This record gives sequence, structure tokens and C-alpha cells, in this order.
Amino acid sequence: MTTHTAKRVNSPFVATRNACKLCTPLGACLAFAGVAGARTILHGSQGCATYIRRYMISHFKEPVDIASSNFSESATIFGGRENLRAGLANVTRQYQPEVIGVATTCLAETIGEDVGMYLHEIRSQSSADDPALPPVVHVGTPSYCGTHAEGYLATVHALVSQLAEDGSSGEHVNVFPNMFSPADLRYLKEICHDFGLPVTLLPDYSDTLDGPTWDDYQLIPEGGTPLAAVRRTGQARASIEFTCVHGEKASAGRWLEDHFHVPNHRLPMPIGIRASDALFDALGSICGGETPARHAAERGRLIDSLVDGHKYLFERRAVVFGEEDLVAGIAGLLGELGVHPVLCASGGDSGRLRSAIAGLVPDQAEQIQVRQATDYADLEELAGDLKPDLLIGNSKGYWLARRLNVPLVRIGFPIHDRVGGARLLHVGYRGAQQLVDRTINTLLESIQEQSDEGYSYL
Amino acid sequence: MSESSTTGDTLLSGDASVTATVVREELLRDYPAKTKKKREKQIVINDKQRGEDGSLHLPVVAANTRTVPGIITQRGCCYAGCKGVILGPTRDIVNIVHGPIGCSFYSWLTRRNQTHTPTDEHDNFMTYCFSTDMTEENIIFGGEKRLRQAIQEAYDLFHPKAIAVFSTCPVGLIGDDVHQVSAEMKKQLGINVFAFSCEGYKGVSQSAGHHIANNQIFKHVIGEDDTERSQWSINLLGEYNIGGDAFVIEDLLERCGIELVSTFSGNSTYDQFANAHMARLNAVMCHRSINYVADMIEKKYGTPWIKVNFIGANATAKSLRKIAEYFDDRKLTENVERVIGEEFPAVVEAQRKYRPRCAGKRAVLFVGGSRAHHYQELFSELGMETIAAGYEFAHRDDYEGRQVLPTIKIDADSRNIEELRVDADQEKFRESDRQKGLKREEQGYTFREYDGMMAEMKDQTLIIDDISHSEAERLIKMVRPDVFCAGIKEKYSVQKMGVPCKQLHSYDYGGPYAGFTGAINFYEEIDRMVNARIWSRVQPPWENGSPGTESSSPSPTSLEEMEELEESTNS
Repeated sequence: MTTHTAKRVNSPFVATRNACKLCTPLGACLAFAGVAGARTILHGSQGCATYIRRYMISHFKEPVDIASSNFSESATIFGGRENLRAGLANVTRQYQPEVIGVATTCLAETIGEDVGMYLHEIRSQSSADDPALPPVVHVGTPSYCGTHAEGYLATVHALVSQLAEDGSSGEHVNVFPNMFSPADLRYLKEICHDFGLPVTLLPDYSDTLDGPTWDDYQLIPEGGTPLAAVRRTGQARASIEFTCVHGEKASAGRWLEDHFHVPNHRLPMPIGIRASDALFDALGSICGGETPARHAAERGRLIDSLVDGHKYLFERRAVVFGEEDLVAGIAGLLGELGVHPVLCASGGDSGRLRSAIAGLVPDQAEQIQVRQATDYADLEELAGDLKPDLLIGNSKGYWLARRLNVPLVRIGFPIHDRVGGARLLHVGYRGAQQLVDRTINTLLESIQEQSDEGYSYL
Repeated sequence: MSESSTTGDTLLSGDASVTATVVREELLRDYPAKTKKKREKQIVINDKQRGEDGSLHLPVVAANTRTVPGIITQRGCCYAGCKGVILGPTRDIVNIVHGPIGCSFYSWLTRRNQTHTPTDEHDNFMTYCFSTDMTEENIIFGGEKRLRQAIQEAYDLFHPKAIAVFSTCPVGLIGDDVHQVSAEMKKQLGINVFAFSCEGYKGVSQSAGHHIANNQIFKHVIGEDDTERSQWSINLLGEYNIGGDAFVIEDLLERCGIELVSTFSGNSTYDQFANAHMARLNAVMCHRSINYVADMIEKKYGTPWIKVNFIGANATAKSLRKIAEYFDDRKLTENVERVIGEEFPAVVEAQRKYRPRCAGKRAVLFVGGSRAHHYQELFSELGMETIAAGYEFAHRDDYEGRQVLPTIKIDADSRNIEELRVDADQEKFRESDRQKGLKREEQGYTFREYDGMMAEMKDQTLIIDDISHSEAERLIKMVRPDVFCAGIKEKYSVQKMGVPCKQLHSYDYGGPYAGFTGAINFYEEIDRMVNARIWSRVQPPWENGSPGTESSSPSPTSLEEMEELEESTNS
């Protein structure tokens, strides 16, 4: 099968050609999937729920159930309040959820649906026949604003700002991850546990989106951050969140700091040694402890492997793409490995990716090309001239890799042409170790494939 | 009276208490009154009654009605049906999605339509995902300018034969006139540019999108190229080349000497559509998505149509013979019999191998608008029984047969989906084809005939239209099928419960399953799925003390027992 390679003839392009971003409500669905007993309703037409389910399932290979308020043409004209009321009632009766998340779609936002007001009215006007609704958290996620990454963070913010409660200060720490894998989330909990710190991870889809087979029927997969724990985020001793590109407007940590005086630690994604050190230092400073010995040992092994692996990585050139925070994090790791992240690109458009990368890879900042609001067609054109040795990003980079004949190290989301996307580690010393090993092995495999001699020791 | 000799057939082998009636009640149990009332009409027992004159009477299925909000449905939207299903498989039309980014991204190569370009020089834009990626500013001030620019860019890049524009939800709301912009750009660029008003909120499912897509292709493309075609030429309508099915069918037709003018739309090109009206017969595969195109071509150009099915070895042979019978030529009949004769020995051998391993097992199918029917053929060839089935987006005629068409009520959701008014084309109508059709009809040949799914299913089986997520789980709990056919959205929740799920949208990245070689592929695949050792490692919920059910197979309590069990199930 042949495919077309686009050749840029005019610039800049108005159209997006092979998008390097997904839509805002997908991020909301991912975040709500990490709340215990939660069901999500997308307020809009049913295709959004179906497409997003389909897409998330292709990555996680787990059930992902998202309801819809199923707008008809008349709902589109007269408003979707009755659809939302029916949707809430049906979801409640069928699944008895502990919390319902309602995220809007571009349809609902275009016609100006006020979901907050609807929810107030639905609760205050409920009849005896209506089931008693659980707490409902709503978030505005029009897909014409931002990307899935913004949708994800906005939803964490909505959960905290609509549910968190004040109270006597607890021992626990809030950790608000970015778009991490279930394996990353499990590992973050393990780290906090080893520091002796009780942790509320929000969201936590480490079980709901990477679970075992069921020996009993589950209406909603087990796992997730309990509602009570979400409420107690207002009483934590500190919050940690991971972003260096997204503004504080949608920051859950900032909101808690402003409203409940919970100190907030804003860190980059803990990818690579320095960024992971920052996480371990933050945890240490919160609880007044040292990095636990087994994690210090993991750090030691990581550095040892970098010493050994340096010969394979030194001066190699990589193109990195995906969500902005992930791209910045990977650029930081590559800088530590001696790899040049020659092109760092994202469909996201925060305006802060360049400064984030400059902060994480200061010695190479001048040489790195940074592209925001970009797409794979642009990337292809740019990448070809840069002669990269490898690509690092999600499965949508496959065609780019194929056309450039450059290997792709798959990370992040979505990964739908390999298994185990949910079990990839990116964060912390262990995540860096896996990324380093995978990157080196990908290069070695490529050398072997292209070698006439067939070397078996490399 | 009922066709079944015994009333109340059981759906769970070995447990006479699990009848369709019992299962139906359980599926409906927890719904609020209003939802229950609606679902009662969509969850129906296939109570087949014979009239005194021998005619078959089937219960009504309230298909193609809007899904209740909050019910997790399998259905997609109008846009998905239009862009994803119908236009997705055509390789040389540049598709531009007008809207915010999600819809374009989600339909980017997500269906497994395959295509073969004759050479590397030929156009293939299927890997390309073009979107106007509307931002808030466009929503407020309108996106027509942006669309115009995107069309220009697509043209400058590729100089394609045609550009198609697809509207997503906000486009209809903000009032962008995609048709006007397309018409202007068509004039300006000198290539065919046309648009689809396929906003996601239209209709009740992707079915509305199929209709809108086909209407526009009929209006804007079919009839553009009058190149003559041979006496044995056909179009294959409603075949989307998932997993290479179309390649198998193309090969069979070619070996029979039947010229395939166009396929709608697996492995298709713009030129095929433009020339489709010159074929002498239309063969409809997926009745749901495209029967109206067959009707419209017949009215405008005189080409008669028949229903065919290339899923299942027997159905394939029957369909080839039906095509040959229409053309009524000894040479063609010989060709067809020769090809069937060449293909069938391998099919019989495969059936001999796999049938004993699969016979008696029970399948349920909830997919599509024709697949849940067509694939029953393959299960029946394996000796497997379909105990429950339903479509995602079909209409009553796909369940009950085309004879119910005049009685279908059009509701508010479908009323706005345009029905084209079609008259005979003064210049291009082929009276000879019409006359031939009339003559063949007099001789007893049947056209435009589709009896639907239920006529072929056993009496007292369960029909579930637009099955919901929670109904599917309850169904599995009660009837414990040996294989569940659906799509990726259902795949992993079904398998969590220890039941293999065969995806009939993507074929689990396998296939082809069409034709004779495809049938063999399917037998192998189903054998692998239903007899795999891995299921013995999953403790299904019904073996965990669920009330009122006994385990259908013994649950091992030791490694020795497990190995014994595996040996006995895999010997």
C-alpha cells in the first residue's frame, strides 16, 4: 500500500494535517476514570462518548464505559437539560455510582449550556420517582479550546474545587499526576508509601484502567481515588502537581493553596534524573525524611546504566512529540543522556513549551527546535531535514517513522499498535531506567537490522 | 402457530430455566418505567408464527429509535457513519473534516479499511487526516473562511480529483454554509468539491450518516463518467473492505469473468463511483447502509438490484450463482461453477477439521447493520448456534425483512434526513436493463429481496436492538455464550468475564473473512478463540457462587486438575 507524502507549498497552513493532539473531553474522561465508583456522562451527541471510549480502549485494552446525554436535533435547538436529567437518572439506576462526572462537548458549549445551573435545577426539582443522585462534578471541556491535556487538568481542578473540604490538617499529601500511565501511578504510590507518607493520588486509574480478570461482576471496575479522599484533599499537608506548561488557572494544587492553605509544589513531570530528584526532594522536604534506600539504589543503578549506555546514546539525534509536559520531560531526560532532542513538538499551544524545555535542558536550548500547535505533516517536513536517529512519541508517529525509516520508541498515549501501553513506566528513576533501556535497545535493533555483517555482540 | 416444536427454548445449555423470556425480564428489570417501556420494544423474542397460508409473521422490533440518555450504547454518530464508514475507504478523495480536532482524529484510520493502489504513483489519501481544527474564534465568528483556505491547501498539496467536506456538530449550529463554500471552490479549482451536513447530533446513529453520505455521492459523483461496461458487469454495494474482504471478492468475481465496476466503498476510487451507473446489475451486501443507493440507481438509470452475501461459504456460492443466474449465460454459469468447484474442497476439509471442535457451542452477535446477520452463516457452518443477536444501527427491515418497509413510521429523528427525489434520467436511463429485469422477474427471479435477520434465526431466540453495556453484562451472566461478537468497546469487558469476544468491526486485526478462503480463516479463528487454554485460567463470575447457576465446566482446584482439564479441552 502506498501513501502520500505531503509537500509543503504554502505556509503557514490553516488546516491541521494529521493532528498531534486529541480533544479536550477525552482528557476529562481519563481523569474521571481515576475516581472510585465514578461514571462519566459526556453532555452532547453520543458519538463523542463512542469515539472516546473506542480510542481509550484501543490504548488501555480495558473496559471504558462513558455515557452520553445523547442530544437529538431538538435538544440541540431547545437545550439539553432534560437529556441530562434522564442521563443522570439512568446512570444512577443502572450503575449506582458514587460520583458522576459530567463533561461538556463542543456541541453543548456552542449552544451555551449552563451545566452548573442545570444540575442545581435537577436536584432542586427532583420528584419522588427520580433516584437520589450521588455527587456530580461538572467540567467545561469544549474541544475547540485546548487539547486532551487541558481537559485532563481542568477535570482534576473541577474535582478538587467542587468536592474538597476544609478541616483539621491531615498527614497525607496530595499528588496530582499529569497524563501518566497506570504503571506510573502505581509507582508514585509506592514511592510515597516508602517515604511513609499517606498519599491521595488524584486521579488514580492504576486499577480501573489496568485491572485483572473479574471473578465477580463489576458494574464499575474496582479502584480509583475514593470520594472521601477527594474531599480530604483540602486537609492535606501539601500538594504536588506536575506541569511546567499549563497555567495556574486550572491548577488543582493552586486552588487548594488559595482556598485551604495547602502548600503547593509545582514540579515538571518527573522524567529523567533531575526531574525525579526534584520529586524525591519535594517528598523528603514534606515529610522531613531522606530518599528511601531502595529508591536511592534505583537511582544508583540508573546512573550506572547511563555510564554503560552512553556510548550508544552520545550525540544521537531525537525527535520528540506528544503532550507538551511529556515532551518537555523527555527532552530533559535526553539532555541527561547526551542525546540531542533536535525537534520537540506538540499539538498543544500553551505558549510555554520553549521556556519549559529551556529550563530542563539549558545547555542545548539554543539548538533545539520547538514547535507548538504543530501536526505530523509539519513534523515530517521538519524532521526529514534534521536527520534524526530516533523518534520518541506515541503510536501516531508510526507513519512518520515509516516514511523517514527511523525507529520509534513508543511512549505516552495513545499506543494502539503495541501491547502494554498501560504498563509503560515513564516517571521516576525506574521509569527513566526503562526509557533508557528501551531507547538503547531500539537503536541496537535498528543497527542490527541495517547491518550486512549481522553482529551479535553490540 | 409457533415454528418451534417446544415452547420456551433454553438459551443456556443444560439449564432449562434460562429461556429467552427469563433473560429478557432480567435485562429489563432495573430500568425506570419510561426507559423500560422503550427497551421492551427493542428486546424481543423471535416468536416466529406461521399463518394458515404458510406466510411467516415476525414480532416488531422498534429499531432505529433514539438511544435513551445515560444508557451506554454501542452506537456512534451521524458523522462517524458518513466520514468514517462510507467515505473512509475511498482512497483518492481528500476528506476535510470541518470542526474542532477530535472528530477528525478519532476517524483517522480507526476502521480497518484496506486499499490497493495499482502503482505507487496512484493517489492514496487514507492515511491523511485533514481538519480545519476550529478554535473558539471560529465558533464565534464563523469558520467559512478557514474552510475555504483548507480546501485551497488540500488542492495545492495534492491536486486531487475531488475534495469532500464533513460537518461536525458545531458547524450546523454556527451556520457555516459548507455546501456554498464547496460549490464556490469547485468552480474556482475546477475539481469536484462537495460537502456533507453530517453533524453528529443528526439521526439516531451512524445510519443517518450512511444515508447522508450516499445521497451526496449519488448527487455529486455517480453518473459523471459514461464509459461503457461489459454485459456481465456489476457494482458491489455495501462492502467496506475490512481486513481485505473486498480483495477476496474481487478475485472471485474476476475469476468468474464478472466485471466489477465499483465497490461502495471498499478499495474504491472516485472514478469507480463516477462510472457506477454503467454497471448492468447492483449486488447489495450490507442492506442497511446502502439499499437506498441501489433503489436510486434503479430509478434513475434502470439498473436492477439483488441482495447478496459473501460472508459464509454457502452464502458466497449462492450469491455467485444468483449473479450468474441473472445474466443467464451458459459460459458464465460454467465459470461460476468452476470457481466454486475449485474453492469448495478446502472449505469442506476445514469444516471437517473444525466443526467437531466447535459444534454445539453458542454464539451471540451484537454488531453493525448486517454483520450480526451475515456472520450467523459462518457459525452455522461450524455447527454453532446463534442464541441471541441484534444490530447497533439497523432499521426494522433489517430485522423483519423488506416487506415491512411500507409500515415503518418515520419519527422526528429520521424526518430530517433527506430522501432524494429521483426520476429516470432522460438520456442515461437504460430501458434494456429494465426490460431484462422485468423479464427475469416474470421467470421467477427475485430482485430487491431481503428477508432480514429474524427469518433465518431459530424460533424463540433473543433479539436485542442497540444492546446497552449493562444489558450485555447481564446477558453474559445468564447465558454464558461460548463466543460474543461485537467490537472493541465491548471486547475487554466481555473477556474480563471469561468469554472470548470476536471483534466484527476490526476483525481483531485478522481476516479476511469473506468468500471461501475467508470462511476458512474464520473457522480457524473461532476454533482458536473458543478452545483456547487461557479461558481455563480465568475464573468466570458464574463460577464464583452466583445464585441459581451451575458451572458449565468444572473449575480446577489444583494444577494437576487444571492440566487434565486443559488436555481434555484441547485434545
